[in-house]
Amino acid sequence: MATKKKNEKYSKEMLLDFYRTMVRIRTFEEHAAECFTKGMLAGNIHLSIGQEAAEAGAFAAIQPQDYFTSTHRGHGHVIARGGDPKRAMAELFGKKTGYCKGKGGSMHIADMGKMNHLGANGIVGAGQGISAGSALASKIMGDNSVTVGCFGDSSTNEGTFHENLNMAATWKLPLVWFIENNCYGVSTEIHRVTNTPDLASRAAAYDVPFAVVDGTDPVAVYEAMTTAMDHARSGKGPYVVEAKVYRYQGHYCGDPAVYRPAEYMENALANDAIEKLGKKLMDMGIKEAELEEIKSAAQAEMDEAVKFADESPYPDPSEVTDDMYTADNERCVAR
Amino acid sequence: MSKKITVSKAIREGLLEEMRRDDKMFIMGEDMAVMGNVFAITTGFLDEFGPNRVIDTPISEEGFLGMAVGAAMRGMHPCVELMYDDFVTVCADPLFNQAAKLKYMSGGQCSIPLVLRMPMGSGRRNAGQHSQSLEGMVCHFPGLKVVAPCSAADAKGLIKSALRDPDPVVVFEHKLLYAKKEEIPEDEDYLVPIGKANVKREGKDLTIITWSREVNFSMEAAEKLAAEGIDVEVLDLRTLVPIDWEAIKASIAKTHNAIIVSEEVKRGSYAGEISAQIAEELFDELDAPVERVCGLNIVSPFSPVLEDQNFPHPDDIVKAVKRVLNK
Repeated sequence: MATKKKNEKYSKEMLLDFYRTMVRIRTFEEHAAECFTKGMLAGNIHLSIGQEAAEAGAFAAIQPQDYFTSTHRGHGHVIARGGDPKRAMAELFGKKTGYCKGKGGSMHIADMGKMNHLGANGIVGAGQGISAGSALASKIMGDNSVTVGCFGDSSTNEGTFHENLNMAATWKLPLVWFIENNCYGVSTEIHRVTNTPDLASRAAAYDVPFAVVDGTDPVAVYEAMTTAMDHARSGKGPYVVEAKVYRYQGHYCGDPAVYRPAEYMENALANDAIEKLGKKLMDMGIKEAELEEIKSAAQAEMDEAVKFADESPYPDPSEVTDDMYTADNERCVAR
Repeated sequence: MSKKITVSKAIREGLLEEMRRDDKMFIMGEDMAVMGNVFAITTGFLDEFGPNRVIDTPISEEGFLGMAVGAAMRGMHPCVELMYDDFVTVCADPLFNQAAKLKYMSGGQCSIPLVLRMPMGSGRRNAGQHSQSLEGMVCHFPGLKVVAPCSAADAKGLIKSALRDPDPVVVFEHKLLYAKKEEIPEDEDYLVPIGKANVKREGKDLTIITWSREVNFSMEAAEKLAAEGIDVEVLDLRTLVPIDWEAIKASIAKTHNAIIVSEEVKRGSYAGEISAQIAEELFDELDAPVERVCGLNIVSPFSPVLEDQNFPHPDDIVKAVKRVLNK
């Protein structure tokens, strides 16, 4: 099989790294879901379960100096980028120790300092402009960074997809767009509202190269993203990668997803990325116990993240008007 | 030392000086580079600064304003022009949901040092989609600073301050002021601070609170009123957010009467917001209710005869002052 042959190029360690990241993402999300169900979190959360392989593979191809944007379904990106699950969980809890001091919440985690994370965004497609603008900044400043805009299938139907890809292509910006296509925008199956079988293929309209890959195979995603990043970094302009993934949960945690046919989840579970990679690793001689150890380490890590978030203080109510403006904040919010 | 130049030249000088001073600054918008802008604000900029810093965009307002936000998050200082403020509706998201909010939502991790210049206003016979005064809508969104200069000196001084400000600043420029020639200081570092109003004319009977082109109309009205023995103060706000409340308070404490004059649609206007604040906080100072003198609650009409009904002229201001003073 082609994928098996491909995998031989990669060390066990690298595949184990993918496995570890995927398990950590899923475990983080399972912990978040449990907290949400127990009423420990306010608002809404959107889970990345089913998209772990795509995220692990993509972020392995992104260098430390690179930037990225994310979406409402963005916890996985934080974990894959090496973010701190404690601070991410604390943000979900609305706590002062969260990445955004509790002011953003699940849909708005950002970390400009360490992760070069320009923010998850609650507006579908907004990261397209921001990622293209970050790439423009890189071009003007002449630095060596590439910006990766991560977004879902449905945002390819926003005008910004077309406006920004056209400009990025024309100006040869160091930009990679990474589409995680889970086939659903809330309840609407993508092909009911979209006339192309693939989404990345729309890049061809702007003379931008693209790849469509199996998002349950981290190696396939890693390879496509490596090609994309090299292309963008070398000054040839943007590249679009689409990974076909599954969204195990409904749109948000607690959405029963009654609008989805049973086959969707049957296919998803038959292609479960963590199980598939686990089997592959065992074929390569990794013992099951080692995989179990990875899982229990992730459990312990995320238990710790929940404990940290739960025990962290809420922001002081007096902080409510802080951080609106960099200069003259008090006067600007006064009236 | 001073010199006499048009408002558009003054804006141009402000941009040019800041482009030379700040290599993080770049200009983007429709027809800004090769053509040098439809109002000739940036002619010659492309030759001096090159295509990386003076960028002609396609007609993709939401796209390029979104890019400006992303570039600003990375420490660049984008100066974007919308050809008309009416077009803010097609790029509402990057302005209102991104530029205005990302600092707060990220817990203060970033600043968005973005300047958005928006030619606005009635009187050019451009009909309903090229004539609006959308201050009320823009001022509604916390996170933005908003300036609306009238004079050439203020236009230059405020645009320079806006370009040096770490927050997103929207600059409303009235198109019918562009050709007006006025004295401005020669000083290259002439700055007008954001958030500071200007008492354009001192008076004791009533305060006219206004901005942009209506400042000139208010000054004309003040002269006519003076001839009839009515002495009004004209307060040019210059900045709408943050508003110079101390200046408003001081003036009303002196005159005990106020009207607010703007070109906006009256319903939901920023003029209304100022009126409400005065009613809430300065009620005891007032001798009469505050009046808003604004446009009508209609679409800006094309026909000159109709359009002239839709923004306050000096005579409308005179009448309003007399109504409030019961004279």
